[in-house]
Amino acid sequence: MTHPVLSVRNLRVEFPTRRELLHAIDGVSFDIARGEVLGVVGESGAGKSVTGLAVIGLIDPPGRISGGEIWLSGMRIDNLPPEELRRVRGKRIGMIFQDPLTSLNPLYRIGDQLVETIRTHLPLSPAAARKRAIDLLAEVGIPGPEKRIDAYPHEFSGGMRQRVVIALAICAEPELIIADEPTTALDVSVQAQIIALIKRLGRDHGTAVMLVTHDMGVIAETSDRVAVMYSGRIAEIGPVRDVVQHPLHPYAKGLMGAIPTLASESTRLVQIPGSMPRLSAIPPGCAFNPRCDFAFERCRVERPELIRQGTQDVACHLYDRDSKEHAA
Amino acid sequence: MTDAFVPNAVDKEPLAGSWSDRVSARVAANDVFYAFRTSPLAIVAAAVVLTFFLLALFASQLAVQNPFDPAQLELINSRIAPLWTADGQRPFLLGTDEQGRDLLSAILYGLRVSLLVGVLGVGFAATLGIVLGLIAGYVGGWIDSLIMRIADVQLTFPAILIALLIDGVVKSALGNKLDERTMLAVLVFAIGLSFWVQYARTVRGSVMVEKTKDYVAAAQLIGLPAHKIMLRHVLPNAMGPVLVIATINLALAIITEATLSFLGSGMPDTMPSLGTLIRIGNNYLFSGEWWVVAFPGFALAALILSINLLGDWLRDALNPRLR
Amino acid sequence: MLAFTLRRALQAVGVMIAVGIISFVMFRFAGDPVNQLVSIDTSAAQRAEIRKSLGLDDPVLVQFARYFADAAQFKFGVSYQFRQPVAQLLKERMPATLELASVATVLAMTFGIMIGVYTALRRNSWLAGVLQAISLIGISLPTFLIGILLIYLFAVVLGWLPSFGRGDVVRIGWWTTGLLTVSGLKALIMPSITLGLFQMTLIMRLVRAEMLEVLRTDYIRFARARGLTTRAIHFGHALKNTLVPVITVAGLQFGSVIAFAIITETVFQWPGMGLLFVQAVQSVDIPIMAAYLLVVSLIFVTINLVVDILYTIVDPRLHHTISRGA
Repeated sequence: MTHPVLSVRNLRVEFPTRRELLHAIDGVSFDIARGEVLGVVGESGAGKSVTGLAVIGLIDPPGRISGGEIWLSGMRIDNLPPEELRRVRGKRIGMIFQDPLTSLNPLYRIGDQLVETIRTHLPLSPAAARKRAIDLLAEVGIPGPEKRIDAYPHEFSGGMRQRVVIALAICAEPELIIADEPTTALDVSVQAQIIALIKRLGRDHGTAVMLVTHDMGVIAETSDRVAVMYSGRIAEIGPVRDVVQHPLHPYAKGLMGAIPTLASESTRLVQIPGSMPRLSAIPPGCAFNPRCDFAFERCRVERPELIRQGTQDVACHLYDRDSKEHAA
Repeated sequence: MTDAFVPNAVDKEPLAGSWSDRVSARVAANDVFYAFRTSPLAIVAAAVVLTFFLLALFASQLAVQNPFDPAQLELINSRIAPLWTADGQRPFLLGTDEQGRDLLSAILYGLRVSLLVGVLGVGFAATLGIVLGLIAGYVGGWIDSLIMRIADVQLTFPAILIALLIDGVVKSALGNKLDERTMLAVLVFAIGLSFWVQYARTVRGSVMVEKTKDYVAAAQLIGLPAHKIMLRHVLPNAMGPVLVIATINLALAIITEATLSFLGSGMPDTMPSLGTLIRIGNNYLFSGEWWVVAFPGFALAALILSINLLGDWLRDALNPRLR
Repeated sequence: MLAFTLRRALQAVGVMIAVGIISFVMFRFAGDPVNQLVSIDTSAAQRAEIRKSLGLDDPVLVQFARYFADAAQFKFGVSYQFRQPVAQLLKERMPATLELASVATVLAMTFGIMIGVYTALRRNSWLAGVLQAISLIGISLPTFLIGILLIYLFAVVLGWLPSFGRGDVVRIGWWTTGLLTVSGLKALIMPSITLGLFQMTLIMRLVRAEMLEVLRTDYIRFARARGLTTRAIHFGHALKNTLVPVITVAGLQFGSVIAFAIITETVFQWPGMGLLFVQAVQSVDIPIMAAYLLVVSLIFVTINLVVDILYTIVDPRLHHTISRGA
């Protein structure tokens, strides 16, 4: 049988602080298939970036993965020894961070950074690695790559730097790319180009993409499926078209209601009252219940699990028609 | 493309690691006392510093003799080893030097001189630095550039070199043989001129920030004279960092004084500081009387270490952006 | 780049002119140049004669110009105590000081960087904690106390090393070196440790702080995400970025090392410029003091200039870093 490229099962990440244990991720599960783009959306602090870092094994201590499993093409990777996990990073999973201005080492020529990464993962001679580096730069759309390869990062514009970062992320043909807010730090005019580039690379190489962003517009343009995160949990996950047009979770409804679209019938943007709870003060039951217009007694006591509704999965008691079955 | 859906302001802070930062940033001036009570090292350091000051203050009461009154010295008591060794004699706890001077008494009096020069030197440096910083920041223009250029140039040179030069020049102007009190004043002057730069820079920075604020404009509008605005409103805002610099500089000033005295350009033998005592004791190193140099050296090291610890702690507690 | 170098060079010249003025004021007004040439029983009339022949009655500006012209040719007048040209004295003493300062700097850099990197990478190990504590004590101990302690241990108690002087030196042209004889090397050990210790603790703390800062940066995180080896990240990316500011500071500190050598040279009776200077301060030998100030300033300013220029070569971001490091 074919495995999904990435399969996350009941992932939990915690950060011990002096006073208490904070659960940044609390039971998250999802799959990404080959060639598929999964958008992960949510407010800052919802746990979407931490999920990406957990997959690639870069949670900063003292934070740690405290439960669950992460599978990459049928191989479990969350419990690998550090050295083997390092071999997975960059080779089988490529990562793109938010800020291209700070992602590149300012003292190294971009060619050196590319060659270094390529030769870490592929058995190539320096000359062959350099040739590949030039090809990669050309592929990500940097004009005159033979010349630009010997430039320093500060000699590139923000958008060009993000292209270099992408070249670095894909230089060993990874199965999965994790893009953490890849366009947030860029000018609006450049954002679309970078999104198109990531999408094209995913399609051309059959790479699975996990696209983390707070920008629903980006998700709608790029993703096949979308996961809406709230307080370290997935509130709703499903095909992007369905989730955008018929959101089920009250929080997702609030989010989608807040996207201004021409097709939308509503004339004004919906505001969700209140704000997401701090990790230290997540309420019992459904984390969204204090802000939810539809909350009832059960929402304040019992945490909802994901329930299948057509093509979508939603974690909300409103859709649990047969509550007795669940209670049993 | 739109961000409009975001219900709250998006802060792009990384999720991990930011809590403890926020906590420590919140330890502002009003929490200093709380932070102090929870840091054992700071309490010990403060206790040691306080003890040293008390010892210096009551030196004449605590000492068994006035080590600088020749009438009280007996040559028969010279070169006595510390009390706990085989050759020890009462009442000379830490032994005596060649002139029959009780070492503990000498250290107590020397501590007094060291602390006096240190405190006065730092006070002079701080006053000079604050005044020049206020002028530079408030007046601006070429006066500002001039003061800060001098500061830049001076900062390239180590304080000890400047202090030595000033010391030499003053001696050349006043004559080489100076009495103890004049020498003490010369040292205070030299140390003050060597350490003013950091205060001036800090105060100038604060003035530049405060100057743009509304209350200063309001004060100017109601016709308050410039010096009153400076002293009553702007200066208090700069006092936190100045206090930290002063604490750390106290250790530096004491080291500088001790070094000058050790080099023979500081306090004379007739009114020795710890540095002078170490210079004198250094001569006995080869004849086996190690205690003559060891105890003043230990006292100096303990004094400086505890002041440094206190200063380090104070800087972290007040958390100003210092270099 | 050229404009930058030129601007820095101009600044250096400005500093030298300022120091020159101070030096001139000291030379001319704090000391009496006539005293250099006469004995105590010279009559007032003769003194006036000499005063005139030296041009001391000329306008101050003219005298200043003359002083400057002389200083530019390393003519610094005659020492009061030694009755010898100051330039000659400084030239004899300079090799000892430069050798001591260089060895001390090399020691300080080597061990400072090694220990600094260790304490940054193994931040939570007990050894790192011990090293940190020792560094605080090292900063708190005055140089001369460390020197005395070393002498007591290794010269008095153990008798392994000489307590003073340079040992045997070899003459190469006008330069003298202690690096080529056993006794010269032995004599160098304690003074260079004494002089280098403070710099070492400084460099160690700087390397540690800078490296911890670098390890938190996005490009290190990205380097990890690219699967580079820990070794390549720590000793390639992180270390290189750490060392740029560290080497700058260490370079700038070389001037201070020469100045701090005053203390070490006194403790160990090391026949360098610093010892000469201390003796000059004690006996108020103004020409030596003024000349020492000029020479040391020249060394300072030259080093600063060289470091600034080197910086632009090492760091491609030139202007970002210069404004930060200034």
